[in-house]
Amino acid sequence: MTIDELNKIKKEYEELVLVRKLVKEQGEKLAEKTGYRKQVLVCGGTGCTSSGSKKVIAALEKSLKDNGIEDEILVVRTGCFGLCSLGPIMIVYPEGAFYSQATPEGVERIVKEHLVEGNVVTDLLYQETVHSDGSILSLSETPFYKKQLRIALRNCGVIDPENIKEYIAMDGYQALAKALTSMTPDQVIDEVLNSGLRGRGGGGFPTGRKWSFTRASQGDVKYVCCNADEGDPGAFMDRSILEGDPQCIIEAMIIAGYAIGAHHGFVYVRAEYPIAVQRLTIAIEQAREKGFLGKDIFGSGFDFDMEIRLGAGAFVCGEETALMTSIEGNRGEPHPRPPFPAVKGLFGKPTVLNNVETYANIAQIILNGSDWYSSIGTEKSRGTKVFALGGKINNVGLVEIPMGTTLREIVEEIGGGIPNGKKFKAAQTGGPSGGCIPAEHIDTPIDYDSLIAIGSMMGSGGMIILDEDTCMVDIAKFYLEFTVDESCGKCTPCRVGTQRLLQYLDKITKGNGEPDDLEKIDELAQHMQKSSLCALGQTAPNPILSTMKYFKDEYVAHIDEKKCPAGVCKSLIRYEIIPDKCKGCTRCARNCPVGAISGTVKQPHVIDSSKCIKCGICITNCKFDAIITG
Amino acid sequence: MAEKTVPAFKDTPEQQQKLREVIDKNKELPGALLPVLHEAQEIYGYLPIEVQQTVADGLGVSLSEVYGVATFYSRFSLTPKGKHRISVCLGTACYVKGADKILAEVEKKLGIKSGECTADGLFSIDSCRCVGACGLAPVMMIDEDVYGKLTPDQVDKIIDKYIAEEGGSN
Repeated sequence: MTIDELNKIKKEYEELVLVRKLVKEQGEKLAEKTGYRKQVLVCGGTGCTSSGSKKVIAALEKSLKDNGIEDEILVVRTGCFGLCSLGPIMIVYPEGAFYSQATPEGVERIVKEHLVEGNVVTDLLYQETVHSDGSILSLSETPFYKKQLRIALRNCGVIDPENIKEYIAMDGYQALAKALTSMTPDQVIDEVLNSGLRGRGGGGFPTGRKWSFTRASQGDVKYVCCNADEGDPGAFMDRSILEGDPQCIIEAMIIAGYAIGAHHGFVYVRAEYPIAVQRLTIAIEQAREKGFLGKDIFGSGFDFDMEIRLGAGAFVCGEETALMTSIEGNRGEPHPRPPFPAVKGLFGKPTVLNNVETYANIAQIILNGSDWYSSIGTEKSRGTKVFALGGKINNVGLVEIPMGTTLREIVEEIGGGIPNGKKFKAAQTGGPSGGCIPAEHIDTPIDYDSLIAIGSMMGSGGMIILDEDTCMVDIAKFYLEFTVDESCGKCTPCRVGTQRLLQYLDKITKGNGEPDDLEKIDELAQHMQKSSLCALGQTAPNPILSTMKYFKDEYVAHIDEKKCPAGVCKSLIRYEIIPDKCKGCTRCARNCPVGAISGTVKQPHVIDSSKCIKCGICITNCKFDAIITG
Repeated sequence: MAEKTVPAFKDTPEQQQKLREVIDKNKELPGALLPVLHEAQEIYGYLPIEVQQTVADGLGVSLSEVYGVATFYSRFSLTPKGKHRISVCLGTACYVKGADKILAEVEKKLGIKSGECTADGLFSIDSCRCVGACGLAPVMMIDEDVYGKLTPDQVDKIIDKYIAEEGGSN
């Protein structure tokens, strides 16, 4: 592959892909030239596939044939658009008509009315994109997308991830060509360093510095690794990038190899992500076929190849030394640093290891320059961050925001607020290693340092929104159960410490907490932070510490009053009858399976909590809303 | 409650042949143990001690090393799974939306606990951490099919569908 050949492919496919990026009128003109009147993009990511996008695609292809227009319409299966809760998602270009929750029946109407007759089926559109006068908004104008800036996700939902030519059409492999033919490895590292890019896996270490350390290490053999072992439950950024734009990871890893002097790469990806593994496998084959992987890339004399290794479900393997131990075929246990991977990493050789999202930024930085990238974001956190927004929020999905965007903008504007009119209580970031951001800090700008300052962390990008119905002690317990499960057992502070912390929380949520428990938790947590071998144990107390910091009253209520204010911890729920509301109809007493309710007719009844089994039958039977839990 | 039984290990000449091919193909690969165990589990459905022994002999490592790795990772199972594998997601997004109630309902319906297999070998239940379909929380998977936006009262019907397909046994 030469640069001329690369540009030829780019030219050939550019217009086809551009139709999906341009505003309506320009897109229409361009569409005429491409040979396809219209293009239908259907999301083939995990979220939409789970909602049935395969059936939708099958129905679409059949319907196009039935109507005899299969040659005029291009069907593209893309990666994630971001709005996973509305899946399966389908977009028709050049209009940019955004159909949500598509069904095989709906598809028949869309083919007939829209694709054949030319009338957009307004009632099947995502209603946020429909004006009151019936005209439609483009996707980028909706509240969900307006505040987003897509750099890492630039191609997700735009290109066909299984067609390298569409990637090339969107400037794919131009950065590699530029680096290999007109830049020295040191210049590449300087560009990454000056961009201010920091590790997106959660640690936030400057990527350029990691690369320059590894370059400086002596050795003939070095490795480039990609951490795609996304372990935070509730996070799916890396999976979406691998599913939607796998080539951008390959290109970045080759660039990293050139920069540090490595010729082989490994992608360590979760076995739980079959679609991502499949797309990445296809992408590597296509890159090899085109000569981007292999010998003498772009005639520069530089060789590079790579392979995939599957994880096997161990959270600790997200830690860099554990990940490399796992690739070596062992139990994925971490080991002490130093030596750092830059000096002694995979198979004992100098190794650079970055996260998927970090790599997804590299080609754009090389292509557009570090000045461009560092102009986005805040002073110490440049660029953008992808978050998987989930929990009690209307727009569940994938968002990419410039660093410095406030939590309020994410929750209220992009996320569309909390469902059922409930109140925002906290956002949890950083998963089992992170903490929560309470409502009083909702105006905190999202960047590495601001989040650490308030006792949370950026993490890899999981953001779970919690509403007033969530018990913070229960959430802390949920994360501790996770870390107890996932602690590898190598070091004592983590192996035993996580279990002891969980025992405290278990005790508290069962109503057996004692006044000095919180102090003991605090002391134990500090020991774990100081003496655990790896980040898993060092950060495992974070979910407790940050909930204790901001929601101490809830812990106190559990311990002193034996009450769960949110009504979640079952052992602490008490059923009570409000005397003023009770009419004495006896219905509850007659239906109580254990005879815990007593009282005379037309007099307020009472519940004997020692007999009550908290089944809730009384509440469903009461016609006067006289029974409450607390 | 159904009894938890582990049937005696049986394999076919085809399975033996396949495993040998996998071992031979990966023998020279640095860090071969994990890829081989993945493929071995694909062939047998689980990793009984007999299969671990074959892998150990084939790759020239000790059985204790193979056992150590096989028990470290949650994806590897040393006991057989049911014909239909039910996997309830207990990731954060699903948990916040009540996934624990879904799991309890599945356990109640089948009379076994998470990590177990019904006596007739039809169903096994596992909990998992995030299948990445957080937009549809709470989520459970039966084999390759994903059931999203679940409520506990839907569980009964969904499982009955699989029982009916098996001719009403169980």
